Amino acid sequence: MAEPGHPPALRFAAVSKGFGAGARRNAAIRDLTLSIPVGRITGLLGPDAAGKTTLLRLAAGLLRADAGQVHVLGLDATRDAARIQARIGYMPQRFGLYEDLSVQENLDLYAQLQGLQPAERPARYAELLRLTALGPFGARRAGALSGGMKQKLGLACALLRVPDLLLLDEPTVGVDPISRRELWTIVADLRNRGVSVLVSTAYLDEAQRCDEVVLLDNGSLLAQGPPEAMAADLAGRCYAVRHAMVDRRTLQQRLLATGGVIDARLEGTGVRALLAAGAAPAPSDGEAWQTVPPEFADVFVDRLQARRARRVPAAVAPTVAAENDTVLHVAGLNRWFGKFRAVADVSFDVARGEVFGLLGANGAGKTTTFRMLCGLLPASTGELRVAGQDLRTAPAEARRRIGYVAQKFALYGNLSVAQNLSFFAAAYGLRGDRLRARLDWAEAEFELGAFMTMNAADIPLGYKQRLALACALLHEPPILFLDEPTSGVDPLSRSEFWQRINQYAAAGTTVLITTHFMDEAEYCDRLVLMSQGSVLAAGTPAEVRARAATPELPDPTMEDAFIGLIAAHEAGLRRAA
Amino acid sequence: MAALLALIRKEFLALLRDKASRFVLIGPPLIQLLVFSYAATFDLNNIPFVVINEDPGFAGRQVVARFAGAPAFREVAALPSTAGVAALIDRNDALLAIHVDRTFTRSLLAGRPAPLQIVIDGRNSNTAAIALSYASDIVLGFDAEWVAAHGGASTPAVLDVRAWYNPNLLSRWFVVPGIVGLLTFVVTILVSGLSVVREREAGTFDQLLVTPYRPWEILLAKATPGLLIGSAEAALIVAVAVFWFGVPLIGSLAALALGLELFLVSAIGIGLMISSLAATQQQGLLGAFLFLVPAIILSGFATPIANMPRAVQYVTYVNPMRYLMVILRGTFLEGDGIADLAGQYWPLALLGIGSLAAATILARRRMS
Amino acid sequence: MNAGRLRGLIRKESVQILRDPSALAIAFVLPLFLLLLFGYGVSLNAEHVPVGVVAEHPNPQTDPFVATLRRSRYFDVHTLPSPAAAQIAMARRQISSFVWLRSDFARQTLGSGPATIGVALNGVDANTARLVQGYLTQSWQIWLAQLQQEQGGALAFPVGLQTRIWFNPALRSRDYLVPGLIAVIMTLIGALLTALVVAREWERGTMEALMASPVTMAEILFGKLLPYFVLGMGGMALSVALAVFLFAVPLQGSVLVLAAVSALFLLVALGMGLLISSLARNQFVAGQIAIVVTFLPAFILSGFIFDIRSMPLPIRLITHVLPARYFVSSLQTLFLAGNVWAVVLPDIAALALMAAFFLGVTLWRSHKRLD
Repeated sequence: MAEPGHPPALRFAAVSKGFGAGARRNAAIRDLTLSIPVGRITGLLGPDAAGKTTLLRLAAGLLRADAGQVHVLGLDATRDAARIQARIGYMPQRFGLYEDLSVQENLDLYAQLQGLQPAERPARYAELLRLTALGPFGARRAGALSGGMKQKLGLACALLRVPDLLLLDEPTVGVDPISRRELWTIVADLRNRGVSVLVSTAYLDEAQRCDEVVLLDNGSLLAQGPPEAMAADLAGRCYAVRHAMVDRRTLQQRLLATGGVIDARLEGTGVRALLAAGAAPAPSDGEAWQTVPPEFADVFVDRLQARRARRVPAAVAPTVAAENDTVLHVAGLNRWFGKFRAVADVSFDVARGEVFGLLGANGAGKTTTFRMLCGLLPASTGELRVAGQDLRTAPAEARRRIGYVAQKFALYGNLSVAQNLSFFAAAYGLRGDRLRARLDWAEAEFELGAFMTMNAADIPLGYKQRLALACALLHEPPILFLDEPTSGVDPLSRSEFWQRINQYAAAGTTVLITTHFMDEAEYCDRLVLMSQGSVLAAGTPAEVRARAATPELPDPTMEDAFIGLIAAHEAGLRRAA
Repeated sequence: MAALLALIRKEFLALLRDKASRFVLIGPPLIQLLVFSYAATFDLNNIPFVVINEDPGFAGRQVVARFAGAPAFREVAALPSTAGVAALIDRNDALLAIHVDRTFTRSLLAGRPAPLQIVIDGRNSNTAAIALSYASDIVLGFDAEWVAAHGGASTPAVLDVRAWYNPNLLSRWFVVPGIVGLLTFVVTILVSGLSVVREREAGTFDQLLVTPYRPWEILLAKATPGLLIGSAEAALIVAVAVFWFGVPLIGSLAALALGLELFLVSAIGIGLMISSLAATQQQGLLGAFLFLVPAIILSGFATPIANMPRAVQYVTYVNPMRYLMVILRGTFLEGDGIADLAGQYWPLALLGIGSLAAATILARRRMS
Repeated sequence: MNAGRLRGLIRKESVQILRDPSALAIAFVLPLFLLLLFGYGVSLNAEHVPVGVVAEHPNPQTDPFVATLRRSRYFDVHTLPSPAAAQIAMARRQISSFVWLRSDFARQTLGSGPATIGVALNGVDANTARLVQGYLTQSWQIWLAQLQQEQGGALAFPVGLQTRIWFNPALRSRDYLVPGLIAVIMTLIGALLTALVVAREWERGTMEALMASPVTMAEILFGKLLPYFVLGMGGMALSVALAVFLFAVPLQGSVLVLAAVSALFLLVALGMGLLISSLARNQFVAGQIAIVVTFLPAFILSGFIFDIRSMPLPIRLITHVLPARYFVSSLQTLFLAGNVWAVVLPDIAALALMAAFFLGVTLWRSHKRLD
C-alpha cells in the first residue's frame, strides 16, 4: 500500500515536549524520532505517562514541540496546523460529544465544522450510522448513550469527512467487548480505504489487530515493528505451567520467586510464565511446563520489565478458610432509579478469603451493586449482609471492618501523601505504636517513600492507586471493597496490583472487586458476570468460560464468553418478547 | 476524640494547603475592606455647582460667597443668565445651579422675601436630597446673619440639633462596621457553602462515609474551620476598622465577640445547608450567591430595613445579617453591652441551631 | 471566517441554551429575582420615621409645633413624657430621633427670647439622620411661617428659597436605583454566562475536539458570543420592561439609544467573561472570579448607589476602568433625563473601546493549542 518514496503519514524528528515550568518541568516526550507509515494501522502502546497522549496531540497540531520537527502528511505541524487539521480526524480520550445534543445534531455540527458539503451528507450519515449501528438512536441525546455507543459516535464524528490520517486516543477504554470489536471493525475498514490510523490503547490484546506497533516508555521510543515479529523474538520463552496439587495462586508466587522468570500470570487453569532470554525452564516437583506461542503482552512485559525495579512479593502464610464461612450475603437485590431498574434480582454469597469479582461493561449495574454493599446507597428491595450486618444501618463500629477503594482516585489531592495516610489511620482509630507500625508498613510495602511530602494529586497514577490501597488497608480490614481499581492503569501496574491482592486474599482478607477488564476475571476465585442489571453467569472463571464453550470455540477466552453469554441473553429476551 | 481531631485537622489542611484558596480567603476581603470603606460613603464632599448671579447688590455676592466657601461645594462656572444651565446639568458637569434674582438685595432691604432659586439634578435622588439639605443649611446661616446684622423679627424658637453616637454624621462610621459583617459573611458562606459539595464531587465524601465517622462528626469538623477562620478574619477586620479608619468602638468587646460567634454559627449552618443540598460545585456556588445577595440587601447594610415594605421587613427576620448589623453598630457606636443586645442574640442562636440541624438532616438524606 | 462553520457553531450553542435550563435561568430568572428584590427591598426614602416628642408643659404654644410634625408624611410621632423616657426609647431603637420642648418654651416664644427646641438624632445611620434633620428643619420653617402669617411682623427668613428638582421631582430613590440596578444585573449575566459556558467546554473535553477540527479560534469565540449576546439582550429587554411597567420608572430617552448602549455594554461584559474563562479553564474558578471582579465592584464602585464624585482620588481613578460605571451613567441619564448626547456619547466611546479591548485580548490570548 505504501509506495516507495511516499512520505510517511507522520514523522517526528528529534521532538521534545515538556510541561510545567522551572525545576518542576516534566518532559513528556524526549528527543523522539519515528515515522508512521501510510495506509496502515499503527498501535501506540506504553505504560502510564509514557507520552502517548502528548504524541497524539502534537500530531494533531494541538501542542507545539519544544524542539525538533513534527511533519504530518508532509506538512509542518507548527506552520500548517490549519491545513493539517483539515485533513486529519482526531478523537481525544474523552471525545468532545455535546451531551445535551442528539446523535444527529452532533453529526450535523461536526459535518459543518469539517466542511462536508450538504449534498454529500445524507449518504455519509447513512453509512456511518450503519457502521456504528447507531441508526435507531439518531434522536437520542448523546448523554443518554452507553459508554460504547458514545465512543462509536465520537469516532463517527471524527470520520465525517474521510480523513487521510486518523488519530485515536485510547478509543476502547471502558467500552464493553462487543462495542470494542465493532470499533475495531470500523478501523480495519478504514485501512482498506487507504486511511492511515494511529491508535493508542491500554489493551495489549489489541496490539495484535495492528499492522505495526510503537512501544513508548518515558517519552522515548522503545520498539517499533509488526507485533507478530516482535512476539516471534520471544519464541521458546513462554510456558504454560500447571501443577496437579498446588493451587495456581501459590504456584504463581513460587514461579515469581524463581530465578530466570520475568513474569508469571494466571491464565486458564494454570500460570503463564515468561523466561528471561537465555534462561532455561527449571520445573520443580509436580510442575508441568509446556511451551506456548508468545503474545504481545509478553513482549510488553519483556521490554518494560527490564527497565523497572522488580518487585519481589513477600511470602505470606496461607490461612485455610473454613468452609461455608459466608462474609457477604446478597439475595434478591434490586435498585430502581425512578423507572430505571439499575440492579435486577442479584444474588450471591462470598466466603472468607475469597477474591470475588463483579464483571461487566459500564452501565451493567456493578457499581450500583457495589455501592449498596458498602452502605453508600440504600437497596430498593432485597437482603444484604456484610459480616452479618447491613452497613447502612450498622453502627459506626461495623464500618471499621471494611476497607474501600473508590472507582476514581478519591483521596485528598491537596494533602500530602503522608497527611492522607495519617488522616485515614486516625479515622480508623489507630494510635500509639500500632499507628506508627502501620504507617511504616504502608510506606515500605507500597514504596511511597519518595512521595511522602508531595501532594497526592501530583504523584504518578500508579502510585495514586497504591496510596488508595494503602489507605484502605491501614486498619487491616477483614473485608476489602475495590471499585474498578485498575481502570486507567497500565498493564504492568495492573499485574503488580493483582499480585498484592492475591497476597492479601491468601492471608485471609475477603476481597470484592469490580472490573471491566475481562482478562482480570482470571484472577478471581469466583465471579458474577453482569449485564443490564442482571447476573448473566456466576461461578469460577473456568465454569463461566465453560458455559460459553461451543463446538467451534471449545476453549473460549473470558471475552468470548462474555460476548457469547450476552448474545444468548439478548436472544432470550427477544424470544420472551 | 483523636479521630475527630484528625478530621478537623484534615479540614484545615484541605482548606489552607492550597496557595490559591489561602489567597482567596485573605486577599480579596482585605482589598475589599479598603476599597469599599473608602468608596461606600453617602457623604458628599465635592458638589459642583454653577452660579447665575443677576443681582447687582452686595447681598447676592455674600450668599454666593457662602456657597463657594462651603467645603462640600465647588463652583464650576458662573453664567450671566440661565441659558447655559441646562447643558451643564445635563452633562453632569454641575449638580446644582444657584440663581440669585435681580431683586435679591433690593427685596432683602425692603423686608420682602428675597428670591433665591436652586435647580438640582435629581437623577441620583439621594445625592440630590443630601445636597439640598447642605444648601438649605447654608441659606439658613445667611438668614440668621442677615437678621442679626440688619434687624428683623427675632425667631421665636431655634433648633438645637445634636446627633448622638455619631456627632458629625460621618457615614463611614455607619458603613465600616457594616463591612465587617459583610466580609465575614461572604468568607464564611464561601468556606462552608462549598465544603461538602467539593468532597462529593471529588469522590472523597464516599470515602469519608465508609469510615467509622458519624454524620454529625463530619459536619462538626466541616463547621470548625469556618468558625475559626471567620473569627480570625472578623477580628482582623475589626482591628482595621478601629485603627485604620478610626471608627470608635465604645461598646463591650465581649458583646461584640458573642454576637459575631453566634452569627458565624448561623451563617455556617446555612452554608452547610446549601452545600448539602447541592449536587455540583456550580450549584453550590450559585446557591451561595443566591442566598448572599438578598441577605446583604435585606440586612440594613446600605439601606435601612425601616424603609422597606412591611412584607419584606418580615422576611428579614430569618436573615442572620440583620441581627449582626444591629450588634455591630450597637457595640461600635452606641456603646451597647451584652444585656442591651439580648434581643439580637437569641434569634441568631435559634437560626444557628435550626440551620445546623437542618444541614445534618439534609446531609444524611443526601448520603442515600 | 467560514459562514458554514460559524452557522454550525451558533446552532449548536442555541440548541444547548434551549436544552440547558441554567443558561436561561441566568438570563431571565436572575434579573427578575434581583429586580424585584432591589425594587421593593431597597429604598433610601425615609418615610414614617418614628420620632419622639417630649413636651414638658403641653400648652397652646407647643401644640401648633407638634401638629406640624404630625402633619408631615415623613414622621410617625410618639408622645413621650420626659427626656429620660425618650433617651430609653432611643437606646431601644423604638424611635430614631426626638424633639424636646422644654417647660419654658411658651414663656420664651412669647417674649423673653428664642426658645431652644432640642433635637436628638440617632447618628449611627448618618444618611438617614441627615434626611431626618432636613425634614425636621422643613417642619420648623413651616411652623415659623405659619406663626408669622398669624401674628404678622417681620420675616424670620429673609431669603425665600425656591428649589426645583429636575428629572426626579419627587426624589423617588427607586427611579434612580432601578436603572443602575439593570447595569449591575447585566454585568453579572454577561460575565457569568460566558465564563461558565467556555469553562464547561474545557471541562467536558469538547474544546479539544473542536480545536482538532478545521474551525478557527475566531469562529469558536464568535460562535459563543452571538447566541449569548441575543440571550443577554433578551434579559436586558425584560429588565427594562419591568422597570417601566412594574416600577413605573419614566423612560425619557429613546429606546433605540438605550438598545445601542446596552448592546455595547453587553459586548464588554461577554468579552470579560470570555477572557476570564479562557484564562481559568475551570468552571468553579471562573465563576468565582466572575463574581469577585465584576459583581462587587459594579455594585459599590459604579455610582449605582454611592456618589463617585465624593470618593477619594485613587478610587475615582479605579472607577474609570469599570465598564459598569459608564453604563450606569448612561442608563440613569437615558431613563430620567433623556437623550443627553454629552453624557451618552462619551460613555458609548468608552464602552466601545473596552469591548474592542476585551474581545481583542481574548482573541489574542486564545491559541488553538492546548499548551
